[in-house]
Amino acid sequence: MSIQDFVRDASRWMQDDGPHSDIVISTRIRIARNLVDHPFPLLADDAQSEEVLEKVRTAIETDEFQEKGHGHFEFLTLRDVSDVDRQALVEKYLISPSLVEHARRGAVALRDDEEVSIMVNEEDHLRLQVLMPGLQLQESWKLATEVDDLLESKLNYAFHERYGFLTACPTNVGTGIRASVMLHLPALVVTQQINRVLSALNQVGLVVRGVYGEGTEAVGNLFQLSNQITLGQSEEEIISNLDSVARKIIEHEQAARHFLLNENREVIEDKIARSFGILAYARRLDSKETMQRLSDVRLGIDLDVIKGVSKNILKELMVMTQPGFLQKYHGAELAPGERDWRRAELVRERLQMDKGHI
Amino acid sequence: MICQECNQRDATVHFTKIVNNTKQEIHLCETCAREKGDAMMKSFGGPGFGTNPFGEPTYSFHNLLSGLLGYEQSQTPMSKGIQAPQAGPHRCSTCGLSYPQFAQLGRVGCADCYKHFAPHLDPLLRRIHGGATAHTGKVPERSGGLIKMKKQIEELRHELQTKIQEEQFEQAAILRDRIREMEQGIGNGEGV
Repeated sequence: MSIQDFVRDASRWMQDDGPHSDIVISTRIRIARNLVDHPFPLLADDAQSEEVLEKVRTAIETDEFQEKGHGHFEFLTLRDVSDVDRQALVEKYLISPSLVEHARRGAVALRDDEEVSIMVNEEDHLRLQVLMPGLQLQESWKLATEVDDLLESKLNYAFHERYGFLTACPTNVGTGIRASVMLHLPALVVTQQINRVLSALNQVGLVVRGVYGEGTEAVGNLFQLSNQITLGQSEEEIISNLDSVARKIIEHEQAARHFLLNENREVIEDKIARSFGILAYARRLDSKETMQRLSDVRLGIDLDVIKGVSKNILKELMVMTQPGFLQKYHGAELAPGERDWRRAELVRERLQMDKGHI
Repeated sequence: MICQECNQRDATVHFTKIVNNTKQEIHLCETCAREKGDAMMKSFGGPGFGTNPFGEPTYSFHNLLSGLLGYEQSQTPMSKGIQAPQAGPHRCSTCGLSYPQFAQLGRVGCADCYKHFAPHLDPLLRRIHGGATAHTGKVPERSGGLIKMKKQIEELRHELQTKIQEEQFEQAAILRDRIREMEQGIGNGEGV
């Protein structure tokens, strides 16, 4: 596959359903690894970075890796990828904004189905990511550890008997794992229970972030829940802890949705219908409003208030209406004002495809 | 209430610190609090606050982390205000990163930094990882052969204790022999 295939279409996690996909948008496992005898990317000069990049490229391009990796991996050096394509890869969650900052020395190996990506020379030498739709923590970990083993059979990892896998930042040391689930929690937000739920999470070693990473606010009622601690717990413990908490939150959200339908039906139907109307007819949409309206529409689909619209519309459009993708879709660079116009156009077209009604 | 720093003026600034679920209350007068605050700011950033030595903006989290690291050193001489970490022997001999640089960046430069900065790392890791300083998860197949074996022996020993407590002596004997065998294996250099 070429870079153009990766930045043109929706990823599998955006199109497929997973378990609990009425509330859990996606599951992501990321593991950080470094090679021995190479300075970490922060201190590495160009030649040293290149050496790491070539070692990883050689490992990934072996027949054995390509055979056992459950699909073809395309190795892309970031300096050969245009700015707008880099941005589109970030918007699809295939690479991190931090890799783009270090584009001069960075690379990414993407599996054709985009479920696995391996970033090279980000904060650590290797950042392996598995992204699946719905709540699939165990499945994602199984795949991640398999690909990790495959890499380890070809590369010498920096590992310390007591500290575990060594990472550039001490917050990742040990397992190097960051497991996260993206949750859509509109009913908990509207019933004002969300803060109570979220504040309890810190006590069990979990953190909540906005969808676009550290320090971002929750847009579109989407919350990213992930483990804080990477040392002193096994990967399985970390994952099952996150899994059980996610399931608890799902129960709370479901209860809140029932409550809304039973006690506040008119109010919530009105909110959903208004947002549906705006998305279907508006001529200008900024990204924040788009996310808020999409969240309402998605809730409407889940509650069967809106009929005939695919529930994947939230996942698809939250990525496709981002600036990088909009410009790919339009085929030209867009000024911020123009983007709002084009975004509204794209949303209208997508809604018309499904012929939804209330 | 009297300031716990100078023991003279009235304490007007109160803050609560929670480390590993241990709550510590600190009461200071305004003068001492300001001194501490200035020193905190110094250890937080000093020159280049907000950017790393490469001119790239650092994440707020790394700033926070370096704050923790700077504070780490300053806690011991509690009575004499806060000293900025000093350069000196605290330098990784492999990559050359000094402890103050590590404190500023919030990130290490290479794998060996973990060995060089080990004495400073444990308290930090405890703070970040809820009291833990040792890895209990996955061990890499190839590079961790010996470590893996040691872990298995550890697990077998644990099992052996359980069997003894349950008075299942026959099974305990089997386990004991297996442990002995594995230990001999390590002694002969297997699995390295």
